[in-house]
Amino acid sequence: METLEQLKTRIVAAAPGAQVEIIPNGSPANQPSLLLDRDHARAVAQFLRDDSALAFDYASNATGVDWPEKIIKEKIKVKKTVDGVEKEVEEMCERKTPAYLEAVYHLYSMRLKHGPLIVRLRTENRTDRVSLPSLTPVWRSCEFQEREIFDLYGIVFEGHPDLRRILMWPEFTDFPMRKDYVEADDYEYEPTPHDDILAKAKKHFPAGAPV
Amino acid sequence: MIDEGLKSELRRQGIVATSMEELYNWGRKNSLWPLQFGLACCAIEMIATSMARFDIARFGAEVFRPSPRQADLMIVAGTVTKKMAPQIVRLYNQMPEPKYVIAMGVCAISGGPFKEGYNVLKGIDRYVPVDVHIPGCPPRPEALLQALMTLQEKIDRQHLTGEKRPRHLDPAAPSEFPIPKFGPHDLEPPNNPSLWQPPPMTRTE
Amino acid sequence: MATASPTELAASAPPSQIMEVAMGPQHPSTHGVFRMDVSLDGETVVKLKPVFGYLHRNHEKIAEKCSYLGSIPYTDRLDYICSLTNNWAYAMTVEKLAGLVPPERAEYIRVILSELTRLINHSALAGFLLQDMGALGTPLMYAFREREKILDLFESLTGARMMCNYMRFGGCRCDLPPGWIEQVRRLVSDFPKFLDEFEALLTGNEILQARTEGVGVLPAPLAVNAGVTGPMLRASGVNYDIRKVDQYGVYGRFQFRVPLGERGDVFDRYMIRILEMRESLKILEQALRDIPGGPIMDPKAKLRNLRPKAGEAYGRIEGPKGELGFYLISDGGPNPYRYRVRPPSLINLTVLEDMCLGQTIADVVVILGSIDIVLGEVDR
Repeated sequence: METLEQLKTRIVAAAPGAQVEIIPNGSPANQPSLLLDRDHARAVAQFLRDDSALAFDYASNATGVDWPEKIIKEKIKVKKTVDGVEKEVEEMCERKTPAYLEAVYHLYSMRLKHGPLIVRLRTENRTDRVSLPSLTPVWRSCEFQEREIFDLYGIVFEGHPDLRRILMWPEFTDFPMRKDYVEADDYEYEPTPHDDILAKAKKHFPAGAPV
Repeated sequence: MIDEGLKSELRRQGIVATSMEELYNWGRKNSLWPLQFGLACCAIEMIATSMARFDIARFGAEVFRPSPRQADLMIVAGTVTKKMAPQIVRLYNQMPEPKYVIAMGVCAISGGPFKEGYNVLKGIDRYVPVDVHIPGCPPRPEALLQALMTLQEKIDRQHLTGEKRPRHLDPAAPSEFPIPKFGPHDLEPPNNPSLWQPPPMTRTE
Repeated sequence: MATASPTELAASAPPSQIMEVAMGPQHPSTHGVFRMDVSLDGETVVKLKPVFGYLHRNHEKIAEKCSYLGSIPYTDRLDYICSLTNNWAYAMTVEKLAGLVPPERAEYIRVILSELTRLINHSALAGFLLQDMGALGTPLMYAFREREKILDLFESLTGARMMCNYMRFGGCRCDLPPGWIEQVRRLVSDFPKFLDEFEALLTGNEILQARTEGVGVLPAPLAVNAGVTGPMLRASGVNYDIRKVDQYGVYGRFQFRVPLGERGDVFDRYMIRILEMRESLKILEQALRDIPGGPIMDPKAKLRNLRPKAGEAYGRIEGPKGELGFYLISDGGPNPYRYRVRPPSLINLTVLEDMCLGQTIADVVVILGSIDIVLGEVDR
């Protein structure tokens, strides 16, 4: 299989206007991924499936990931005038990483027996602009997996033939796999509770009970 | 009751003497028909119990009925999720009296290893009365057979009349329980207060 | 078998004639809590929508609270019939994420246990499929008799019959007890007799052939596009076995064939599994012959407080049901940031509707049985 740089040039040639970015991978697994933009994702996916040298005809896995906003405190060097002399001073600075939801697809080729190629799509934010193009018209294996991502994360896939909840009941309103999901309190009993289970259990007992 | 010595003397002469209660309980306990109702991993051990090595047929219970109307024992084997809970209560209501429930495996007793899940019901005894609990993850087939024997002993001790008669002979006791509904965050109600109270929490310092 | 689209079939029957039946979540075909909303025109299936989630046990959310080591017992309970292959897929993914390499003896042990698991899964499947067809338990009794022998082997090695919890990151938990290899050799030499007995009972049986040939045909292009893997894919004629493609572990050293089907119907799927059992026996013979001595854990491996570097990894194996994959994202902490299971049974269910359209309702049960689903994996 070609390297990701060669692949990137070919994709941009085949689907003009597509913005492709290579995201490196820190672990020893050596599986970097391609970040696609939302508008051209389906065209790129069709190119990946139909091209004769690549032939990624098998989408193995579609995952949702939640990246909430993180505040990173860093020390940076800033030029400042102190007592009339310009010096480099270290200052604490905060920066916020963007918050988004992400869909990650792992692609393999059954005909040419190579892979994996990892493709990512990101939403604009976690609150109201959470739609992504669905890749189900390209690879039918994404059908149930995208429904699951919708059910558990809340990403709305445009172009999906049947987008409704798959694992939770239809009247459920939350998105449980998000990092800020708070479970409903149904009194989880434990004989020796501690930490947050103890805090939750105390609410169910009348004041003054031996705890 | 009849003297045991007299009973065995009559037996030797070819006369069987017993009481209605013993006869009634003997018939019922030796032909408990389970409802074919496996939810998760414990179901595979339940199937293994009905196979040739562990042989639940010795106890008269190898006919697993597919329909709740023909069963009198519900072995809740596996994790009960909140999505499945209303169906379980509905099935329990459809079983005719006398009916018994065995909670097999720690998931059916209290949620088990999945206790922290948002979709896991922390024990089927929140909605349905349970007669025997079997701990284990999954319990061995021998444990299920012991639970069946415990249930048989429990049935043996039941009286036909009087204060302590079982639920199916008491017209005032309920035999159907309310079915929970799906709410936007959780089941409503989260448990049945007449059946399950949160156990008191005590710590000894 | 004509497979028109659902709208065509539904349009051809007047709406007053269509009957909607909910099969499940409690029904006699013992696959677990699975529901199918079937629309019928007489006996012919016009539309079929699967509904699941009745066993959704929040495995992925719980794994974000547990450490890497603490998630291994939960992987046992995913596909609860084959617990050791689940352990291996997870251990392999963490080894990719953390850069650990298991020693040779551990790899051979893993192959032996995985092929034994394949034997119990396929024989249980053949038993359940026949029970769904109405054989009322007799083939299941034969299958479970063999399964009990293999479960005894697992119990003497790992301590548990079903939830074995044996693989670790970098190797295996404990070494083989003395005499274990001899017991496995004896089982492997006796197993072909059971397979011959099973096939003599079943494969030539007219009822089996009439009920399975031509039923539930899955064409190969649809199978590839829908992401179907495992014996179901190979029954449609596509040669894709991850043991041969990725050659993970030490599978590159063994000689074995990959059986392929021609028509993609239920009979092909049943025969593929019987043939795969014979190939597994060949792999077992070779592995038992060549297993080396040595350590069973990677010396660099650290079980407790494992904190892999930030990054991600995707690892997959050829499980008995299809491609079982794990996708882990680590942020440098002791718990995974994202833990995802790629369930073969869920993806294989994508084509259930396509295979069942135009068939009778009695065939739906047989087709579902031939896909080989386990709800613990579908719902996680």
